[in-house]
Amino acid sequence: MPRIVLFIVQRLVKAVFVVLAIAVFNFFLVHAAPGDPAMVMAGEAGAADAKFIEQLRQQFGLDRPLIEQLGTYMGKVVQGDLGYSYRQQRPVLSLLMDRLPTTLALTLSAFVLALIGGVLLGTLAAMRAGTWSDTAITIVGLTAYATPIFWIGLMLILLFSVNLGWLPAFGIETVGAGYTGLAAFKDWVMHLILPVATLGLFYMAVYTRLTRASILEVRDMDFVKTARAKGLPEWRIVSVHILRNAILPVITVAGFQAGHLVGGSILIETVFALPGIGRLAFDAVLQRDYAVLLGIFLVTSVVVVVFNLITDLIYTLVDPRIEVAP
Amino acid sequence: MTLLSVEGLTIDLPPGADRRHAVEDVTFALEREEILCVVGESGSGKSMTAHAIMGLLPKAVTVSSGAIRHHGTDVLSLPEKQQRALRGGRISMIFQEPMTALNPLMRVGDQIDEVLRYHTQLDRAARRARVVELLASVGLPEPEHLRRSYPFRLSGGQRQRVMIAMALAVQPDVLIADEPTTALDVTTQKQILDLIREVQATRHMGVMFITHDFGVVAEIAHRVAVMQHGRVVEIGRAADVLNRPQHPYTRQLISAVPHLIEHRADFARAGAPLLKAEGVSKTFHLGGGLFRPAKTVVAGEDISLEIHPGETVGLVGESGSGKSTLGRSVVGLIRPEKGRILFDGTDLLALSRRQFRPWRKHVQMVFQDPYASLNPRHTVGDIITQGPVAFGEDRRTAMDKARRTLELVGLDASALTRFPHEFSGGQRQRISIARALALEPKLLVADEPVSALDVSVQAQVLDLLEELRHRLNLSMLFITHDLRVAAQVCDTIAVMQRGRIVEIGPARDVFSTPRHAYTRQLLDAIPGKAWSIPEDLTPVRRRGMAS
Amino acid sequence: MNADFWHAYARNKGAVVGLVFLALVVALAALADVLFPGSPWDMATAPFQPPLSDDAPLGSDTLGRDIASGIAHGARVSLLIGLTSTLVAVLIGVLLGAVAGFYGGRVDDAVMRFTELFQTIPNFVLAVVLVAIFTPSITSIVLAIAIVSWPPLARLARAEFMSLRTREFVQAAVTTGQSNATIILRQILPNSLSPIIVSASLMVATAILLESSLSFLGLGDPNMMSWGYMVGAARTVIRQAWWMSFFPGVAILLTVLALNLVGEGLNDAMNPKMARRGRA
Repeated sequence: MPRIVLFIVQRLVKAVFVVLAIAVFNFFLVHAAPGDPAMVMAGEAGAADAKFIEQLRQQFGLDRPLIEQLGTYMGKVVQGDLGYSYRQQRPVLSLLMDRLPTTLALTLSAFVLALIGGVLLGTLAAMRAGTWSDTAITIVGLTAYATPIFWIGLMLILLFSVNLGWLPAFGIETVGAGYTGLAAFKDWVMHLILPVATLGLFYMAVYTRLTRASILEVRDMDFVKTARAKGLPEWRIVSVHILRNAILPVITVAGFQAGHLVGGSILIETVFALPGIGRLAFDAVLQRDYAVLLGIFLVTSVVVVVFNLITDLIYTLVDPRIEVAP
Repeated sequence: MTLLSVEGLTIDLPPGADRRHAVEDVTFALEREEILCVVGESGSGKSMTAHAIMGLLPKAVTVSSGAIRHHGTDVLSLPEKQQRALRGGRISMIFQEPMTALNPLMRVGDQIDEVLRYHTQLDRAARRARVVELLASVGLPEPEHLRRSYPFRLSGGQRQRVMIAMALAVQPDVLIADEPTTALDVTTQKQILDLIREVQATRHMGVMFITHDFGVVAEIAHRVAVMQHGRVVEIGRAADVLNRPQHPYTRQLISAVPHLIEHRADFARAGAPLLKAEGVSKTFHLGGGLFRPAKTVVAGEDISLEIHPGETVGLVGESGSGKSTLGRSVVGLIRPEKGRILFDGTDLLALSRRQFRPWRKHVQMVFQDPYASLNPRHTVGDIITQGPVAFGEDRRTAMDKARRTLELVGLDASALTRFPHEFSGGQRQRISIARALALEPKLLVADEPVSALDVSVQAQVLDLLEELRHRLNLSMLFITHDLRVAAQVCDTIAVMQRGRIVEIGPARDVFSTPRHAYTRQLLDAIPGKAWSIPEDLTPVRRRGMAS
Repeated sequence: MNADFWHAYARNKGAVVGLVFLALVVALAALADVLFPGSPWDMATAPFQPPLSDDAPLGSDTLGRDIASGIAHGARVSLLIGLTSTLVAVLIGVLLGAVAGFYGGRVDDAVMRFTELFQTIPNFVLAVVLVAIFTPSITSIVLAIAIVSWPPLARLARAEFMSLRTREFVQAAVTTGQSNATIILRQILPNSLSPIIVSASLMVATAILLESSLSFLGLGDPNMMSWGYMVGAARTVIRQAWWMSFFPGVAILLTVLALNLVGEGLNDAMNPKMARRGRA
């Protein structure tokens, strides 16, 4: 069997385990929370409806032994049944699927922006280490890294929407304008610029720092000296020898950052009132709609797992030393 | 014809370094068709000089005066573009550490191809052919297949050959080799030295070969330059410098070279053996998981030997030979799965961890790396007393004993309150030895105790070990990769290959009449074996004689 | 922590600035009751007062509360939660990592799988879920932050312990008869502390950001006025009253920045080789 396939299978098995583990964790959270598990699952709104609670008790077999309940719960999860939101009057899964595209658009764009911007700036800073441009980039990076993203979002709204009026402040589309086709797409993009920039800025600082440190470390390595001794032009040494090796830890970290980006979307979507999963989480918190909250937890974990799989794959493609199979 | 001429070169170190100049007023020339060996210990500036010639000095280090002329033109005054044309083109360099000298993410053939791309006008097909030709010329098997390999698939020796191929790609007339064989096994070293010699002869090149090993000098040099503290103290034809050294430093260095001692008295084995190893075997299983089998590494197979009281037995082998296995088993760092280790009659391997504890006092170990074997946050006093204190002795008594132990190893009692970083490599090894002696062991396991030290310091530590074992009637298991070092101190020598002992016998016999092919191969690979140290420089080395 | 250390630390100007600012924040937190007596929840003046008004130097919020007072008292909350949650995270992380790194084998495998699981989970989402389900309070917030923050520390501790366990001076400790406990406490731990300390100081900064994000969403302890809460409460009136979100946000920014600078300074001071690299 070709190595790549074996590798993917191995990773998929691992991913499935992770998702199942999270589902189990969800289950125990519900039961560990203060109060009656049925009330927890019904959420604040549903708790008022006695018939709904009775229905939940039956569905989840809440008077059966714990192990059986776990089995029932896992069975439902595997079939895609993540519960029902009384408040929204919809199954949780379909609610989440509706909102997922916006969040994915937001986080993926922010990720690409952060990665490309971060690597470029980090490389620039490293190549000019010690000069004023390096210091400037480092200071801006440090500041961006220290700023809470919800606050940057608000400040950017203040600047670009309220004061300058260049970009819209809230929502995903201009309400009531009735755009279609290209105009609708353009409208959609305009609405995403500020949120993507906000989310991306913070993580750009992370990648800048990491790339800079990685390049400085690689720069001192023996094989770079060999490349110099071969009389190669500087640009080739940087791009082929230094960067290719320096990018490896960045890919690894990118994998870990996926989870943080998804978490950050909660804050961004709240600030910018975008109809994504993050905003849904905020509403669910306000409304004490725990079924939705737990569903969000599971779905976002799945997204992160998928993302990690992709970055792992990219890493093995870039680094031939990783033994994909015996 | 003079290829390279270094004239009055002075290189400044940044402020705050332990001396002002890395290299001071250095002058020498490299002629065509010769191998010039530049010898010195660490800190002599030999490597800096080489880096200066190639324009590879770190930014903080600058050339303050002097010239480096290649065919008459001062390389240092050339614009960067022209310097780059020279680098890798007319003057090329190979480095010490083959494991890290190649870009791990690029195929080996591509890395050689790079040199051709930027120094010649050859097209792709022509370059490819040349890469294969180069790989073949340095003795690499299956060059067409190998050029597509990544460095991690090649051994140290193979990587060094690739480096040489890369360096020769554009037919340079000068090759600078910065300790290229120091990190290699002795048999691999011989192959690389032969290769360099052949290359130099067939291409009529000038080679500047930097080394710290006089054996290597004796093996390949036409001329020798000796450096100390950044200055050239002696330079001349090899035969002259090796046999009639003038400068006191050169004389000191040569007298410190570990060399075969033909006059060593036979060791008289008295009484029952102190240590008897029988059929010790250890296999490591690495990695492995859900989808792949574990890799097995045989670290030792059926190892059997005896050590009598007062005897020093040497275990000699290259990397991967398993020479450390027995030593580590005896001190309890490894647990072999088969065999017996009888110490004074008791099988150590049959003891549980707790039962083994009291036996630790009898066997102590001295480690290889002087920088990693002392806890940087403990004082020397803490370090030496840690064993006795762990066995219940009270601190004051332990400290008193520590003072005496320090004296034994030639250090002042004031060292007790100081920290390891305040001492040199040789001094740290002495502290290491003191720590081992603190528990008054009967057997000392020395695992490559001098491999990381400069040659002159090496001799001092070996002398110390020799003196201690006679004074304290200590037995020693001496592990080393260097037969010459083993010759200095061992009564009996066991040669190991791939986990097995292939030959064992009194040192004299092993050296003069080796029975196993591998032993012969090892002996043959010793650089400079045809050369003997001049008589007037070997007074200190006679201790092994009847005393 | 001797004179050499402070010399090395002082060489990094940013780190010194950070330390000074941090000291100011601590002072502000300590003196909050003196400088701004009374509760920050009390109404101090008319609502929507702009900065530089009579009773409110930094303005007042939608309910007439003094923003400056909120910031001073909020400093307490941020520092308290930041430090406590980091402490808990360090305890959990270092314990797990040390055990994994020292004993290796199956123990290591198990701990690593566990750590990986926690690292895959989007940490902010988990924090939100935990605090929401167990109702917001100082305890639940501190625990939630600790629970999502310990994995990197465990990885670090594991790496350090693994590398030190095979270091020759540790092997020498084994051969000279020291017990496992002594080896861990006296040989390994002192040598692994510096990266852990640096990590911990950077973690306090992240903890404060996490806490402010939670409060922004309304998941802060309802009894404690926190900077994040202040920004969140002013979110809907940003057009009319920019100062309500601005000043608390700046407070968060500066405190976190100061902590980051201090962390970097500690790193440079404890690993002098690293410090020189960027300047060659």
